[in-house]
Amino acid sequence: MITQLVVSQAVAIQERRSARPGSSIYSGRASMLLERGFRAFKSSNWMVVLSGFVEPVLYLLAFGFGIGQLIGNLEDGLGRPVSYAAFIAPALLATSAMNGAVYDSTWNVFFKMHFGKIYQVMLSSSLGPMDVALGEIGWALLRGVAYSLGFMAIVTPLGLVTNAWGLLAIPAASLIAFGFASIGMAITSYLKSFQQMNWVTFFMLPMFLFSGTFFPVSVYPQWIQMIVQALPLWQGVELIRSLMLGIVDWSLLGHVAYFLVMIAGGLWFTTVRLKALFMR
Amino acid sequence: MFAKDSEVVIRAKNLTKKYKDFVAVDGIDFEVKRGESFGLLGPNGAGKSTTMKMISSVSQRTGGELTILGKEPNTHGPEIRAHLGVVPQKDLLDRELKAWENLFTYGRYFGLSRKFLKQKVEELLEFAQLTEKRNSKADDLSGGMQRRLAIARGLVNEPEILMLDEPTTGLDPQARHILWDRLFRLKEQGVTLVITTHYMDEAEQLCDRLIVMDKGKIMAEGSPAALIKQYSSKEVVEVRFGTDKNEKFAPQLEELADRIEVLPDRILLYTEKGEELLTKIVDAGLHPMTSLVRRSSLEDVFLRLTGRTLVE
Repeated sequence: MITQLVVSQAVAIQERRSARPGSSIYSGRASMLLERGFRAFKSSNWMVVLSGFVEPVLYLLAFGFGIGQLIGNLEDGLGRPVSYAAFIAPALLATSAMNGAVYDSTWNVFFKMHFGKIYQVMLSSSLGPMDVALGEIGWALLRGVAYSLGFMAIVTPLGLVTNAWGLLAIPAASLIAFGFASIGMAITSYLKSFQQMNWVTFFMLPMFLFSGTFFPVSVYPQWIQMIVQALPLWQGVELIRSLMLGIVDWSLLGHVAYFLVMIAGGLWFTTVRLKALFMR
Repeated sequence: MFAKDSEVVIRAKNLTKKYKDFVAVDGIDFEVKRGESFGLLGPNGAGKSTTMKMISSVSQRTGGELTILGKEPNTHGPEIRAHLGVVPQKDLLDRELKAWENLFTYGRYFGLSRKFLKQKVEELLEFAQLTEKRNSKADDLSGGMQRRLAIARGLVNEPEILMLDEPTTGLDPQARHILWDRLFRLKEQGVTLVITTHYMDEAEQLCDRLIVMDKGKIMAEGSPAALIKQYSSKEVVEVRFGTDKNEKFAPQLEELADRIEVLPDRILLYTEKGEELLTKIVDAGLHPMTSLVRRSSLEDVFLRLTGRTLVE
C-alpha cells in the first residue's frame, strides 16, 4: 500500500511536536537542511568552494610575509612587539569565517530562493519557516567554519598563534560565521534582483579593507573610527586578534554580544521573510 | 482507525482570501469526503491555486472557516502538512539532487527515519515507473517523468490527502494517460485526491465531484455527469460558417436548437439529438463550412455558467 488509513509516522512525529510553543513556525528539524546540503554538495563544484578559501591565504602571504618585510614589527595593545604577519593573521581568520558564511548565505540562497525554489517545497512539508531559516544559516555557517579551520591549519605551523588563548579563535570564528550567515540570509531574503545583490558584494570589499584588517583603526579621525567599530567585521577582527595575541579581558564579551544580537536578528528577519514570501 | 467513508476531511465555510485590494477567493463553501476525488475547475485566476494553498496550510485565509481533518491551519500548519501530499504546479524538484534523493530528502523533512525511507523510496520509484532513472538528476528527466517524480515525492509521508495542482498541464497525451492511470490507482487505495485543472476531459476522467470556480466564486457544484445534465444538453453540434458569417446565421439556427452559443469562430447548438439537428440545418438550406456532432462536456457547462470558454 502506498498510503494507509491509520495515523502515518509523519503525522505522529508532528503531533508530538505540536505541544511545544512555536510549533507552527519551528518543527525542530533544521538539521534536515544540513543533510540536504551535504547531498547537494557532493555533486557541486569544488573549485568554487576552494577559491573562496584561498583568497585570505593569498592576502596573508602577500601582505604578511611580503609587505610585512618592509614594515617590520608593530606593537600590540600591551606594548609588546608583534610581527606584521601575526597582526593581520587574526583579521584574515575573521575574514575567512565571514567569506565562507557570506558566499553561501547570499548568492547561493538567492539562487535557491528565486530559481531552485527549494524553500517553497520544504515549506510544503511539515517543516516551518524557522527550520528553513536556521537550517540554511547553519549550512552557510559550516562553510565559514570550514574556511576558518583551513586557515588555522595554515597559520598555526607558521608560528602565528603564540599562546593558548589562540585556541578560542576557532569557536570565535564560528560565532562570527554564524553572525554573518544569519544577517547575510536575512538581507538576501529582501533582495529581488542581481543589481541589488551586487550591492552586497560592493559593500563587502571596503569593509574587508578598512575594518582594522591591515592597519589599526587609530589612524582614522574619531568619527570614522566610530563608523568602522559599528561594522561586524571590525567586531570580529578585534575579538580574534585579542584572543590570538593573548590580550584577554571582559570587554571581549561585548563583541560576543554583538554577534549574538546579529545571529538572533538575522534568524528572526529571515523567518519572517520566508513566511511573507512563501506562505502568503 | 477512522476510515469511515462519509467522514468529511476538508471543510470550508465562507472561505476568503484577500490580497490588499484583490479578492482571490470570495467566500466559498465546500466539503471533501474521505476517499473522494474532488476537483476545482476554472480558468487561470479563478482562485483554484489560492484555495489549494490555503488547504495545504501554506497560505492563511483572511476570512471564513477552514478545517482539514478537523484541524485549524492557522495554528497547526506543520501538523496538517504532515497529513498532506502536495504536487505543485511546476513540480519544483530539487535540481541539485538525484531522482531517489529527491524522495529521500523530502521524507527527511517530515522527520521520517532513514530506515523507513530506504524502503519507501524504492516502493515509490517503482510506483512512479522511475526505478531505472533513480540516479538521474531531476533536470535530465522528461516532463512526464518529472511530474511522476513530483507525485512520488508527494506520497513519501503516506498522506491521507493528495493535492494536485494542474497535474497534467504541459504533458503530451501519452504522458498524460500514464499519469491518469497512476492517479486512479491511488484513488483505488483510498487516497483522497484534490485536483485543480482547466482541462474538461481531465475533470471528467478523474473527479467524482467538482466545483466550478470563476473570479473567486463557486459557479456550480456536482459530479461531472450531473453538471452536464443540469447545465447542458446531451449532445452538441458545432458549425462554422466563417468568421464574419457566424453572427448572420445565428437567428435562423436559434429556432432549430434548444439553445445556441455564438463564439467568434464557431456556433454551438445544444440538443438531445445531434445528427437529426445537423440534417435539419442542411435541409434549411444552410451549408456550414465544417460541422461536428459531439457529446456535451464540462466545457459547455462552463460556457453556460460564465459565457466564456475555459481555455482561451
